[in-house]
Amino acid sequence: MSDANPLLLPEACYLVASLLFIFGLKRLSSPRTARSGNMVAAVGMSLALLGTFLIPGMGHFGWILGAIVIGAIPGWLLAKRVKMTAMPQMVSLFNGMGGACALFISLGEWIRWLSETHFLGLQVEVVPGWGRALPILLGIIFGAVSFTGSIVAFGKLQGLITEKPLRWPGQKIINAAALAGIVIAACLGVQQSQMHLFWIVILAVLALALGVLQALPIGGADMPVVISVLNSCTGLAAALTGFSMRNMSMIIAGTLVGAAGSLLTLLMCQAMNRSLAKVIFGSFGLAPQGAAAAGGAGDKSMREVSANEAAIMMGYARKVIIVPGYGLAVAQGQHLVHELESLLEKRNVEVKYAIHPVAGRMPGHMNVLLAEADVPYTKLLDMEEINPEFDQADAALIIGANDVVNPAARLDAGSPIYGMPILNADRAKNIIVIKRGRGAGFAGIENGLFFDPKTRMLFGDAKNALQELITEVKAL
Amino acid sequence: MTIGALAMIYIFILAIFTGVEVISRVPTVLHTPLMSGANAIHGIVLVGGIILLGTAGDNAVLIGLGVVAVILGTLNVVGGFVVTDRMLEMFKAKPKDKSAK
Repeated sequence: MSDANPLLLPEACYLVASLLFIFGLKRLSSPRTARSGNMVAAVGMSLALLGTFLIPGMGHFGWILGAIVIGAIPGWLLAKRVKMTAMPQMVSLFNGMGGACALFISLGEWIRWLSETHFLGLQVEVVPGWGRALPILLGIIFGAVSFTGSIVAFGKLQGLITEKPLRWPGQKIINAAALAGIVIAACLGVQQSQMHLFWIVILAVLALALGVLQALPIGGADMPVVISVLNSCTGLAAALTGFSMRNMSMIIAGTLVGAAGSLLTLLMCQAMNRSLAKVIFGSFGLAPQGAAAAGGAGDKSMREVSANEAAIMMGYARKVIIVPGYGLAVAQGQHLVHELESLLEKRNVEVKYAIHPVAGRMPGHMNVLLAEADVPYTKLLDMEEINPEFDQADAALIIGANDVVNPAARLDAGSPIYGMPILNADRAKNIIVIKRGRGAGFAGIENGLFFDPKTRMLFGDAKNALQELITEVKAL
Repeated sequence: MTIGALAMIYIFILAIFTGVEVISRVPTVLHTPLMSGANAIHGIVLVGGIILLGTAGDNAVLIGLGVVAVILGTLNVVGGFVVTDRMLEMFKAKPKDKSAK
């Protein structure tokens, strides 16, 4: 162990960095300490990077620093400029970059391994060592799936690819075939020494294709879960890369994210009452007969309301519960909704916000958006807290939310969203719905609430409708 | 770096439990920032990219792969932490937090 000394400093950096990652994650899970938690993790990352530079025998520092600068500038600019509503796809994009990084590193490790077995053009003994091959191969697979899957998720949320679940015949068979192909390519790559790289490239290509094939059929409503799954995938890929490079900080940080990400995925699925298997393999948009029956829309009609009437309903109410949804976020109406809330409060109306766990596009997304508009936290209530209060509410104002208030989830066993916990907006005395058009929601399911005799529809873009409401409330 | 395979597996397993334990009580409000923060942390792959490039020697393919890996890894790290910070920026200066329910 005479070479232990020069590695002491890097290893010490990794040790402290790993502790900082754990500490940072811990702080990230409580609102008061969250921001500092992110900082702590960032310090840990800097330390890990510093330690890496101190590893003896490293070269190409010019290349390294150049590449870091090339990556850092667009990363910083993108992250600083992205709108709050576009956060989910930005997280997905950065996640994909991490996955691709793990993919390229693992490919590099394989090539390095190959070059070790070839001396002076002669092939020396090749031991088909699965122990060394496995983390590299899995690193390639997880990295590749995470890369293309995240890019598809980004495309879907950004509106570059249709949010509708894409379906084609033999989907599951094709996916299974791709998976089988990956296993076969892995076996061939490890067994047949001469063709090492060829089969590994095939494996990588198949894994890249699998990422696309798996993500395309999943509808926009399930994207948060997909991003979370891919997030833990990248974590795992990072850990696997750490295995093949025998790097402690990578194993620990990657595994932490893999494990925490998996738990987070399960928590999200719980909030939506969906099993993970259903999200990944299921068919959300594929229940047309159930969807048509849901809510029994049939001959009923929606009742429209003018902004003036709606303003009266709320302005003279004692208690109003606002249910914000993604439509509000898209229209960038969060500041206006805060203004409306302040106006109503001035008229001694009690105003509260009902936040469904999956309001917006990711759990917690709506809280972030409303916090941006300075809405106090105390007014944002979770589903469990607010649901009993709907009975006392004179009006529920639903802004661009649909599936999270669909009573079919409670009533109609044939509906695809049956069993999903929803906000009991239908229990309020009056319901005002601000909605862009008459179409069905994200999940493509008809909403019986819109046909409820207590419901009044205020059609229009959330921003314009809110603007009108504010004008009318001021005029009261 | 001479770590035995078994030791790595031990650490792997312990890190799984740590990861689950550490975030098990996260309120829904923080799901998105937490995911984003975790996303930044797996940017640790950048370390692997730097090592790959730093030890590439004169192997042009490895240098090429290394450069690409470092660029992508840096995007992940920098973008991840900055986006998370922007999200969490809005959580400050609110004296009362209801998370401690």
